[in-house]
Amino acid sequence: MTSEAQRFTWPGNRLQHIPFGIFTDAQVYQEEQERIFRGATWSYLCLEAEIPNPGDFRTLFVGDTPVVANRAHDGSLHAFVNRCAHRGAIVRREPFGNAKDHVCVYHQWCYDQRGKLVGVPFKRGVKGLGGFPKDAMSEELRMRPLRVESYRGAVFGTFSDDVLPLAEYLDPQFTAHLDRLLTRPVEVLGYQRQVIRGNWKLYCENVRDPYHGGLLHLFQVTFGLYRNTQVGGTRISALKGHNISYSLQGTDKVDAKQAHADVGTYREGFQLRCPELLSYQDEYGDRCGLSIMSVFPNAVFHQISNSLATRQIRPRGPHEFELYWTYYGYKDDTPEMREHRLDQANLAGPAGLVSMEDGEAIELVHRSIRADPDQHSFVAMGGDEPIETGTILVSEIPIRGFWKQYTQTMGIPAGSEA
Amino acid sequence: MNAALQLEVQDLYARYARAIDDGQFDDWMALFDSQCGYHIIPRENVQRGLQLPIVRCRTRDMLADRIVSLQQANIYNIHNDRHMVANVTVLAAEGESVSAEADFVVFQTDSEGQSRLFATGRYRTHLVRREGRLMLREQTVILDTAAVPTLMATPI
Repeated sequence: MTSEAQRFTWPGNRLQHIPFGIFTDAQVYQEEQERIFRGATWSYLCLEAEIPNPGDFRTLFVGDTPVVANRAHDGSLHAFVNRCAHRGAIVRREPFGNAKDHVCVYHQWCYDQRGKLVGVPFKRGVKGLGGFPKDAMSEELRMRPLRVESYRGAVFGTFSDDVLPLAEYLDPQFTAHLDRLLTRPVEVLGYQRQVIRGNWKLYCENVRDPYHGGLLHLFQVTFGLYRNTQVGGTRISALKGHNISYSLQGTDKVDAKQAHADVGTYREGFQLRCPELLSYQDEYGDRCGLSIMSVFPNAVFHQISNSLATRQIRPRGPHEFELYWTYYGYKDDTPEMREHRLDQANLAGPAGLVSMEDGEAIELVHRSIRADPDQHSFVAMGGDEPIETGTILVSEIPIRGFWKQYTQTMGIPAGSEA
Repeated sequence: MNAALQLEVQDLYARYARAIDDGQFDDWMALFDSQCGYHIIPRENVQRGLQLPIVRCRTRDMLADRIVSLQQANIYNIHNDRHMVANVTVLAAEGESVSAEADFVVFQTDSEGQSRLFATGRYRTHLVRREGRLMLREQTVILDTAAVPTLMATPI
């Protein structure tokens, strides 16, 4: 199985030079839909808490395929492609709802909560004339199902019959992190969305890049939410594509100015009138005030102080993607903690005090690389080390981890020594 | 309808829009009362009874921090905003307090001179009269454009 991406060169064998064409090529994009999003991966769909009751559904995207996630009457979880088996229309147009069935507006074909076709108007024709051919209405005529598994209320789906079971795919370090984040019943607080004019993989790199965290995002540097000098590190999965970048609060005694002597972005004397916006209540008892967990291919679970959210990456062609942020707290949060989490919604998302820069950085890259598909980026901070869990935050090793799982999933022979 | 009050509210929205588009954030802050709130929240959250905002400044100090961060810390797309405010409606006026709504459209022009629709929605505004002048007490921006293009740095 050769790949379109082999038209581009991958110099060296450590995945430190990424061809720009991989981000901008239309054929590569189509191949990604087939091999990654409809291939041997689990995509994050939603939180169970978003569809808590029988009949609840929500629409979303896996890659650029429209999908419905649905809780059936018996409480079981299902997902299927949101496309009528008849002529291909989107069936469920609303983002959320509760329904006993799904009816396509075009010709009123009706599907149940598992995506099975249960009704076709004039199936046998009118007054004995016309109708569909008798043998044409098989079981296969339905909305295409995904296999669905939930890990602690985080719902994932796959089109693949061969992919590892979800918990194994996620890897023990990552299920342990979800155990930490999703240990109490979850309450959804709301949504933020952002459309970035760049390739979706630039965002996958961004969330696996703790090197930029202390340089681009000055707000968090100045106020100590994140500094490259804090105790922290990066955990990497066995298949290399998932990453947790984390840092511990109060672990760098050096004053921020000294620690960032060579960082041009540090501004002395810049103080908040409301520093409590950043205050961290150590609700997990491990002092970990920042953890950004990315799951190959489409998910991020963030904890920025007490702000908790999932992010779903929704590619829309090679040159654009949507980021879909679902913020949550816990059902047993005190009213004060609930308010604190709503305040800390200021930190992330499209207007996030510590995250808005990412939209700009990605567009700056995408705009410039379109002209030169055969040139390469340089991803070597952290050295020639193998792609393994580490304790250095000034690192791009997790980015190479993304490319390792990416090239393997796509069938690109690159990175033999990565 | 009180024509004088209508004009006064329209004038406030106009000064509000001009201050943002001209990058005069001190002038913009001066339109807010000492006790004030400024919120941006996607309409789809409001409709579903969800409180999650995009921007949440419950106090004047929180708003001041937002502006200092914009001016000193954040890095964002080089752009120019152009606000259009229409359908200004005074909903209620009682004593010193006034409630109003207006619809807005914001166009953004990038460094290459290309203009695009950036955001549209409705202002929900509570005003209070201080020494004869109407000041913003609570300004809530209900954002129809839930899917924010690129990022949102400057206020709406």
